[in-house]
Parts: sequence; C-alpha cells; structure tokens
Amino acid sequence: MKPTLGQDSRRSVALFAAPALLLFVLFVALPMLLAAGATLTNHRLMSPEPTRYIGLDNYRRLLALDLVVIEPLRDARGALVRDEEGAGPRYPTWRQVRQQHPQLEGYRAAFHLDAGSSRIVLAASDPLFYRSLINTFLFAALVLPLQCGAALGLALLVNQKIRGRIFFRTVYFAPVVTSMVVASIVWAFMLNTDRGMLNELLRGLLHDPNAGPDWLGDSHYALPAIALMSAWQGAGFQMLVFLAGLQSISPELYEAATLMGANAWQRFVHVTLPGLRNTIIFVLVSTTLLAFGLFTQVDVMTSGGPLDSTSTVVYHAVRSGFKEQDVGYGSTITLVFFLIVLALSVLQRMLVAKGASK
Amino acid sequence: MKRASIILAAMLLLAAPAMAAPVEITLWRHDTGDLEMTAGKAAVERFNHAQSRWKVTVEAIPQGSYTESITAASLVGQLPCIIAMDQPTVPNFAWTGHVRPLDGLLPADAVAGLLEGGRGTFNGHLYSVGQLDVVLALFARRSQLSALGVRVATIEQPYSAAEFHDILLRAKRSGRFRFPLDVNGAFKGEWYSYAFSPWLQSAGTDLVDRASYLRVDGVLNSAAAVSVGRYYGRLFKDKLAERRPADDKAFEQGRSLIHYTGSWKAREYSERFGADLVAMPPPDFGHGPRIGAASWQWGITRTCRQPEGAAAFLAYLISPAEIAAASRATGLVPLSVEGAALTEHYRPDGDWRIYFEFARRYAVSRPATPAYPALSSAFEKAMADIRSGKDAAEALDEAVDAIEHNIARNNGYGFTARKPGGGS
Amino acid sequence: MNRLSPNRGARRLLRDAALLLAMSALGIVFVAPLLFMVISSLKSDAAIFANLNSWSAYLPSSDWSLRNYSAVFEKSELPAFLLNSSLIAAPIVVGGVLVNSMLAFSIARMRWRGRQPVLALVVAMVIVPFEVIAIPLLSLVARLPWPGIEHGQLVMHTGWFNSLHVQVIPFLANAFCVFLFYQFFRDIPPELDEAAKMDGAGPWTIYARIIMPNSGPVIATAAIVLFISAWNQYLWPIMVIQGQAFRPVQPGIQQFFGRTNSWGQIMAYASVITLPVLAVFLLFQRQFVASVAGSGVKG
Repeated sequence: MKPTLGQDSRRSVALFAAPALLLFVLFVALPMLLAAGATLTNHRLMSPEPTRYIGLDNYRRLLALDLVVIEPLRDARGALVRDEEGAGPRYPTWRQVRQQHPQLEGYRAAFHLDAGSSRIVLAASDPLFYRSLINTFLFAALVLPLQCGAALGLALLVNQKIRGRIFFRTVYFAPVVTSMVVASIVWAFMLNTDRGMLNELLRGLLHDPNAGPDWLGDSHYALPAIALMSAWQGAGFQMLVFLAGLQSISPELYEAATLMGANAWQRFVHVTLPGLRNTIIFVLVSTTLLAFGLFTQVDVMTSGGPLDSTSTVVYHAVRSGFKEQDVGYGSTITLVFFLIVLALSVLQRMLVAKGASK
Repeated sequence: MKRASIILAAMLLLAAPAMAAPVEITLWRHDTGDLEMTAGKAAVERFNHAQSRWKVTVEAIPQGSYTESITAASLVGQLPCIIAMDQPTVPNFAWTGHVRPLDGLLPADAVAGLLEGGRGTFNGHLYSVGQLDVVLALFARRSQLSALGVRVATIEQPYSAAEFHDILLRAKRSGRFRFPLDVNGAFKGEWYSYAFSPWLQSAGTDLVDRASYLRVDGVLNSAAAVSVGRYYGRLFKDKLAERRPADDKAFEQGRSLIHYTGSWKAREYSERFGADLVAMPPPDFGHGPRIGAASWQWGITRTCRQPEGAAAFLAYLISPAEIAAASRATGLVPLSVEGAALTEHYRPDGDWRIYFEFARRYAVSRPATPAYPALSSAFEKAMADIRSGKDAAEALDEAVDAIEHNIARNNGYGFTARKPGGGS
Repeated sequence: MNRLSPNRGARRLLRDAALLLAMSALGIVFVAPLLFMVISSLKSDAAIFANLNSWSAYLPSSDWSLRNYSAVFEKSELPAFLLNSSLIAAPIVVGGVLVNSMLAFSIARMRWRGRQPVLALVVAMVIVPFEVIAIPLLSLVARLPWPGIEHGQLVMHTGWFNSLHVQVIPFLANAFCVFLFYQFFRDIPPELDEAAKMDGAGPWTIYARIIMPNSGPVIATAAIVLFISAWNQYLWPIMVIQGQAFRPVQPGIQQFFGRTNSWGQIMAYASVITLPVLAVFLLFQRQFVASVAGSGVKG
C-alpha cells in the first residue's frame, strides 16, 4: 500500500533531506571530486613545483601489465646456477631482465609461475597495487565467514532465555568498543612467536616446543592473523544486528513448527534462516564493504608486510598519498578501487534481486 | 608588600608603550620521553626569564604522527615560528620552502663549535641546529663476554663483520642465549636507515651517490651493499636476532648477549650493570665502523614573523652552558666540545666520554637531499623484505627502482645532472 | 513455553548448563585480550613480563595496585582528552541520529522526484573509506570560514583547525546510518501513517510522533555506530589538531606511547579509554532490549 497520491511539498522534503544532503555534498562528494581531479595531475603534498596536468599518466602507471618469460642463469658450461640454499635455479635479478627486455622499462615483477626451469612473469608498472587488490579480496573472503558466522552463532546463543545473557552480550560486544590501537597492541602481544599466548597454547596442546608459526612475520600467516583479529573485533556488532533480526521473528512460527514435529535443526533451517533473510544479506553486504576498507590494523601491526602479504588497497593509497606525498597517484588508486567496489556491489545487488524474484 | 606591587604594576603600565610585553614565539616539538620533555621545558623557562623581549611557548605533538601533523599544518600555512625536525628531513623542509636559512641569523662562532651532528645543511646553507645526539653502540656485559671467551672490542680494535658473526654463532651454540643479538626488530620507521645505512658506509658504499645526489643505481645495489644486505638477512636466518621481539628488554633481562641500539639506553644500562657494562663500536665492514649522526634539531619557519626572536632562542640553545644543561638532564651526547667539557659524564675524563668519541670519529650524517624521506622509506622496506627472507640483491634493486622513480617524479629535487643520463 | 513435566525440566536444566558452558568458553575467547589489558594495568612491568608465558597473565599478581593509573593521570592530559572526546561524541550521536533519520524518512516516506537516485548515491558513499577523502577534506576544511567573537564583535576566522567543530561537523552525515534508518523505516507498516494523515497530520508530526518512537532498535544501533566512530577517530585528529587543547583520546594514547616505556601504564591508559564506553553500551543495551520487546511492530 503506498502513501497518499501526489508528491509532498517541496519545502517539507527539503526540510528533512537538506541537512544530511548538504553535509554529504560538502564533506564527502566534494572531496571525492577534488580527489578525482587530482588523479589527472601530478599533485604532490609539499612541493615547490607547480602542479602539472599529466592526463592519464597516473592510470597508466597504476594499471599497466605485461607478460615475459625468463630463462635461469647458466654458467659457462650451460648448467643451471643454483641459489644459496641449493633450492632452485637462480634467475637474473629484475634489473638484469629489464636490460634484456627494454620494453619493460618502468615495470616490476608482480607474480610469477615456474614452468620447468623457466619462469613466467607477469610484470606490472605497479605490482603492489595488484598484490594489494588480491590481498584485499582474500581478506574479505576470510573475514566474511569468520565474522558473520561467529556473529550468527553468538546471536543465537544470546537469544536464548538464559540467565546472564545481558552480561554475555556485553562481553561479546566488548571488542567492538576497543580502540584499534589498543586492540592491535594486545593482539601483537598475543601473537608473538616466542612468548605470545596463542603459541604457548599451541605448544601446550601439541606437546611440541617448536610449534607455533611466526604469525605476523610469515607471509603465509600474517593475513589470516589480521583476518582473525578483525573478525574478533567486528563480530559483536553484527551479533546485535542478527539479534534484532531474530527477535523480529514471531514466536508463533516457532510454536507452529514444533507442533508440526520439527526438531531444533529443522526449526533453524525452516523458520530462523528464512526469517533472517534480509538481515543476513545486510550483514554480508556491510561486512564486505567494511572489509574492503581495511587500513588501520595493517598500518599499526604489519605496515603492509611481510613481503607485501598484508598490503591492502587503502593502505597502498594512504602510503603513496600521504607518506610518499604523491597525492595525484594516491587519489588514482582510491578512485579505481572505488569503481571496482561499486561495480561489485551493483553486481551483488543484481544477483540478490534475481534470487529474490525466483 | 602589596603597596610595592601596586607601584610596580603602575610603573609597568606607564612604561608599557616604551617596553612592550614580550613577543610570543611559538614552538612545536615532538613529544618524547619524560626527561627530554622536562629538560626542554626548563630550557624554555630559563630563556624566558633571562630576557624580556621574547616569550617562547611550547606545543608538544605525538612523535608517532609528528611528520603527518607538521605536513598537514604546512599544507594550510599554519606552521609556528620554530619547529623541531628530525635532522635528515631538514633538506626536504628546506626544499619545500618551509624553513628559512639560518646563515645570517645565528652567530658564526656558536655554530662553528658544533659537531657535525649538530648542524642540518642543504645546498651549502644551514637550516637547523641541535644540542644533543645519540650514538649507536654495541652494548654488552664484560662478564658475559669473558664467560664465552670473547674479547671486548675497542675503538682501536673494533670487531670486523666476520668476527662479529662468529661471536654471535658461538653465543648461540652455547645455548645460553636464545637470540644473541637484539637489533630492535620491533621498531618502525627511521630506525632502519639510522642504524643500518652506516653499515653501507662502513662497507664503502652508501644510500645514494653524494657527489650528485642523483645516482642510486650502482650505489645502493652495488656488490658491497648486497653483501651487507645478505649479512643482515643471515642474522635472522641463523636465528641470531629475533624478527619481531615482544619488547626491547632482551639484553636487560639477560636473554641477549649484545644490544645494538642508541645511547639513549646508556643511562639505564649503566645504572643497572655498573662497571660490567661495556659500549663497543659497531662492526667494521671494511672501511671502519660508522654510525648515524644527528637527531632532532630546531629550525625557523619561513612564515615566522619574528625571526630574530626565534634566532635568539636557537642561539641560546646552542651555547655551551645550555648544551651542557640539556646533556645533564637527559644523559644524551652533547654536540660541542665546550659543552661536553662542562658535563660530568662527557668531559675528557668522564665515564661516558666514549660515546662522545664515537660521535666525533664515526658519525656520518645521512644524505642531505630532499629525497631523504623516500630513500629512508625504500631502504626500510628493503630491509623488512630481507628480514622476511627475500634475496638481498632483489630487495635492494627494488629499492633503487622506487627511489629513482621518486627522484624523477620530483625533477631531481633541484639537483642537476653533471653527466648525461642522470635521472629519467 | 508450557512444558512442565519433570522429565522436560531436567532436560532443560542440562541444556541450560551446556549453553552456559558454551557461552562462557566463547566469552573467554572474546574477552581475553581485554582481560589481559585490564589485569596488566594493575601490575608492575616486571610482573607483566614474568607472567607473560603462563595463565597468570590473566590473573592479578599479589602486589596489584593502582599505581599505573595514578601515573597516567599525572603524566598525561587524560581527563582533558576524555572531555574532548565526550564533547565530540555527544553532538555526533545526537546530531547524527537526527540528520540521518530525517533524510531516511524523506526517502522512505515522502514522495519526490530524485528519491531513488539520491538513495543510490548515499548507498554508494558507504563504500568510501575515510582515508580516501582525508587529504582533499583537509584542504577544504582549511579554507572554510567560522564565526567567532573577538572584542565583542562577530568576526569570521578562516579555517577550522584546532577546534571541536572540525571533529564533529564532517561526521554528522553518515551513509551507513542513513541506510540503517531507511531499511527500518521501510518495514514500519504504512497504515500507521495513513491513520495519522486522516487526522490531518503533516510530515513532521508523522516523523516525530509515529516513526521515531517506534524506531528504538535502529536509533540505538545508529547511536552505537556513531559513538564508536566518533570515539575511535584517529587519523583526522592527527591531521587537524596540533595542540593539546582539543585533542581527543586516540591521538592521546599515541602521545602516551612516545612518552613512556611502561607497558603497565599503557594498559592503564587503554583501560581508561575503553571501560567507560563499555559502561555506556551496557546502559544503552537495556534500552535496546526494552524497545525491541515493546515495539510489537515487527511480526
């Protein structure tokens, strides 16, 4: 049923919409436009030189890719030269490769695949951007099930009519209100390879004095560690959202299901989940969006390392724009990223709409 | 008493037009340890009381975000009269026009008395001065060294790099030290350039060619630099140093044999270990040990409307008496010979004289180019990657790439190529 | 819930006990870092490190004291920072709830051209992380005028640096909150509006008397979101505040790190800035529960 016909008076609409819209335009839209404009220049944060218009140069620098195959180093007799640990063949350094392939001037290696003894290299003009993009998506893929799954589980637990659930609700929410700086410090402590809580636990459980990976120092574990910490910090908030959703499911539906002989699992699948459908979508979408913006944890805990395994797009943008003072380039990174995420959300919406119409 | 003060007030009021109230001079500094902050405040008060023309007021900004804060303020023209700057960043501030040359403003003899670490120069002009410095040293305990049968390194006979590595291996094998060397793995930022670019200089190379300040290729990734990089990487591969320590108390608690750090630890360690403590020169990579020079210094901004007042304060700070006072309060190394002579620890027969000697003999400033922040950031990343297992040649090549790009992007920072092909 | 047979009762007890156990186990995981923080704040530095390897890291040591807290209050301007953060958070919460709900109301409940595109744009803005617009926003804010009173006259200062309003105004409009309100308002049955309109109520009355009073849960949620983002502001204050006078708590803790080497004191500082927020949440929570239970709007 729609509200009354015709349109509301312009003045009343303006009264309601104008304050927030004005603020959005001034403090979000305008800076974004300025940033977009900066992408076409070489604007620097502090420089005695005037800003020059450079067209699409920043975009070229950000996105350019090329493919090349490298042969390993061979000694005078044509046998392979092995590297220090004898693990594999030694390849020329990238600068040497560039001297052999002059079209790669300005490019660096982004990813490589070893096929036999040759190495296939995907070179990019900004390999860190591509690596950061992959890291960001990887991070979102890790955090989504962890955080949303935990949030749903916690909400289910806390929804039970049991004593002390308000206490538990506060406990689960506690990480959300902890400042990122504090959380990073405490977690850095806990993840310490040698003396951290987590590894001590592992060592005790596995009875192995050398167990326990170098969480933040190993490029395979650093991103999962940060995902774990982010899930820990965000689950409490999504739990509240799920809670609101759960409490809006009418208890009569549950009673009806029980009368029809459904057990707890069946009640969950056939009453709870459908009733939570909108909430689930909302939680998934908002967690994904927040995950894409990962910055502070990386800045405080790992500085993008080790070996760029935790560098995210926003981190790369802030480092280029603010620390290396290349505002034009930093804005380019964020603009391209914004467009990618926008495209993804539109895609997501279309898929959801399709699913709803089925 | 009350009557006297009323008369005094009346006199001051009458004299007001002739004797203006002290002109306020604002100063921004980074917020740091208690000792330095109190010493700084005391110096300002002494200056304010010693004369009535100027009044300096201090604003402290968190050190972790100091550069960002200053950058943001400079963007919008809101800098104060005097700012503290970490010396290697001074050329960058000078190049962007935020600080003015001090050449005409400070008395020449006062400046001449300062050691190299007390001056920040760029393109032949002086832009900043400092009172105190910190020197790098290898801290160890005599008892522990002799228990392992290891000699104590001296200024005449420092450890060679190879010898140093052997000592660490020996210490590790003894089983007594989990990680024999502590290199402050948990530090971020400028530490890497400060602590390890001297190893490059000790090996005969550098971060950038100082003749032109334009050439990095063949310098930062020369064979000598790569061997230093590999040496550093091996420290972690052989588990001689910890990649991410939980704290910096390993040496103090006996878990490490040697702590490679700055002399800001000198006071704490001397108090704890007394005569057992020994401060040794850093390892020699072939051309003699080198240490980074220069710490936080003071400069005058271009937008300052009372540069004479600001200069008066700076001149006051670098007088021998003030340098001595600052050193006494903080325990850091005084940057002038006369100043040192006035302190108990750093005078020729003082117990901390050795740090002063390190400063005099081994100190090398970091390259005076506006590209320094980029140099430092690229070098830090290279070291971090080497620490995580990347090949040193590749990591340094990448650093060279990044720096060349940065220099080209900034049109050489005002330096011109003397030979064709410098910069792209 | 009318299962009263004794068999069921015993089973219920068992189920409750199992639940309690599960919740406690999870609770430990969630609260462990914070517990560590609070407990460490009561210990001396030596005790912290001595206990690091064992479970006693989570237990107070025998010589526990409030020494670290008194040091924090002596050394830093913590009370001032707390005041600043409160003075920033309160307007953001109140103003934000108002402004964002009003926009959501106009989109959900009023008819006007451009409604849908505006909604789409607002949703698009949820994606923009703050760091992206930080630098242009900095230049913008440096050039905006602000009225002030000097010598009894109204003057216009240029630039908003070093003030409270620079930390409040840019953050009032929050796309995420608008979206929250919009979703919630959409689900309120329009019949309520209809009834009021029959009685001649205008949009403001509908907003103030019907929609908002029935929106307890979403108001509480939005308030929490706004409060947390205001309390945790870090990058922005670093950029626009260069003095002690208007500095909020998060840069304050950074300042504190530079000042002290003592983990115990750092943990004390961290506890002081975390625990009050939890207390506020606890308070809000009861409202949240009460309003959800009493709303009877959904289902």
